[in-house]
Amino acid sequence: MTFAFAFLAVLMVASAGVAMLLRNLIHSALLLVLSWAGVAAFYLWAGAQFVAFAQLLVYVGAISMVVLFAVLLTRRSAGSVADVEPATFARAAAGLLAAGLVGGVLGATMLRSHFPTATGEAPKISVHDIGVDLMGPQVAALLVVGVILTVSLIGAVVIAATDPAATDKEDKP
Amino acid sequence: MTAPAPLTDSFLERVPLLVRDFITGWFPEPIRWVVAGLLAALTILLVFATIFALLTLLERKIIARVQNRPGPNRTGLPWLPFTEGRVFGLGQPLADGIKALTKEDIVPRDADQVLHFLAPVVLVAFSLMTFAVIPFGRNLVSVDLDAAVLFFFAAGAGTELAVFMAGWSSHNKYSLLAAMRALAQLISYELPLLLSVVPVVMLAGKLSTTGIVAAQAGWKFGFIPRWFVLSPWGAAGFVIFFIAALAESNRSPFDLPEAESELIAGHLTEYSGFKYALFFMAEYFGMMALSGLGVTLFLGGWQAPLPVLEVIPSYLWFGAKLMLLILLFMWIRATLPRLRMDQLTRLAWKFLVPLALINLGNAAFWHLSAAWPGLPLQAVRYAIGVAVIVIPFFLIGRRLSAGVAPRTYRYAP
Repeated sequence: MTFAFAFLAVLMVASAGVAMLLRNLIHSALLLVLSWAGVAAFYLWAGAQFVAFAQLLVYVGAISMVVLFAVLLTRRSAGSVADVEPATFARAAAGLLAAGLVGGVLGATMLRSHFPTATGEAPKISVHDIGVDLMGPQVAALLVVGVILTVSLIGAVVIAATDPAATDKEDKP
Repeated sequence: MTAPAPLTDSFLERVPLLVRDFITGWFPEPIRWVVAGLLAALTILLVFATIFALLTLLERKIIARVQNRPGPNRTGLPWLPFTEGRVFGLGQPLADGIKALTKEDIVPRDADQVLHFLAPVVLVAFSLMTFAVIPFGRNLVSVDLDAAVLFFFAAGAGTELAVFMAGWSSHNKYSLLAAMRALAQLISYELPLLLSVVPVVMLAGKLSTTGIVAAQAGWKFGFIPRWFVLSPWGAAGFVIFFIAALAESNRSPFDLPEAESELIAGHLTEYSGFKYALFFMAEYFGMMALSGLGVTLFLGGWQAPLPVLEVIPSYLWFGAKLMLLILLFMWIRATLPRLRMDQLTRLAWKFLVPLALINLGNAAFWHLSAAWPGLPLQAVRYAIGVAVIVIPFFLIGRRLSAGVAPRTYRYAP
């Protein structure tokens, strides 16, 4: 079991690390997907079947597509090498500041949260229990998430929608 | 998977499990579950690869008959006696296989060598994984997962990645364009596919495929099976599921990603030899897996349609239903012309998704009205269920086809 965990951890960290170092954006994106798949495998290792498959479905299936499309549609040069401007002190400082802030927030949250130690045996939770829990006590959170996603979807449609009058003009010779 | 076969089943029903127990019996106890898993994987690989080989022939034959041609009929099996070396072209899959294996494997000079190699491997691997959760018979499921339906779609999500890898790594404009189109199509149709499955999960109250099959057991009045397809929401859901499955498996009339007349076979352009054959195989695997899921979710899985017919083993019923769906796939391919890209996405977003959402409410109504007493009230319930889905079908359909249909023929009255 420990060996499997070590293998998964190395896979996750190594693929994410190599993704950062590579110059080819598509390769980086695909390695990131591998890292996400490693996270799913980790959930599976930990016995959280539902979360693992959801992770696989959402991250490997959907988010990866968003990332890949973003890379393909925003790439400027014909070669797929990321064209990063020369590093300056201001850029480095801004990057370090942002990283420090995110790290500070995450670290503070982790330090302040209380993790109760597992009591002997892991509870056996079926998908049915998760569903009942989501639809019962957690329904408010579920609804809020649904509303946020709907709003962002509508926003995306509004941004993507073109002016019908303008397209009509273009169509006519 | 390692549970022994219950003795209440008939002998034919138990045969696959008995064979499995016989083989795993050669190994010591601690590794038996590994052997059982490998055995299941090997069986699935062999059975479905064989079916794939025969389906390629069957598809060519059926499409040929639809177009009034004989189809492949020369390639025989020369060692068979009394046939003069010709049996309905049965040697064709064998010849095709040997041809694909011995052909030169060409990799473009500028291609991304690693990804170009990995794409077909990933594709076949992910499409094979989906078979793991399909119950092929009463006790025949490789992995009985609690979240099996979710697993099926999670594994299916990997195939999109493979299509992208194939298109991008080929370093070819046609391949990349086609991969983008294929992804747009796959993502568009993932939505109606999932939305048409949700009612089934809702009504069965389970994500496990074996549980969903068990929820469809039994007969109303002793002869009407309780399959989900026979309820109004189930019928509508099945049709939506089937259309989305056609698109998800790149089958005609949604075979735009590899439209040979427009995109010179799309993301497959730069593939040759056995890698091309692997893509071809993955397409058939995807089709069979989706058909298998459709059978499991809507057509009662391995259940027999009548109590008397239960003497026929469950895996044969599953096979028969699977073949029926696959024949439907082929019939549609022989009948319908290919859609245009805008028609394809419009069908998904403006027609199938709204209908699937309405069907979700329909299923909720069906669930809440389950306790309505008396036969007349049940008939009303059925009528409401049909009306809720049929009326929006016509309303949305009429709005979408306004100004387009019915087609007028200017030169051919």
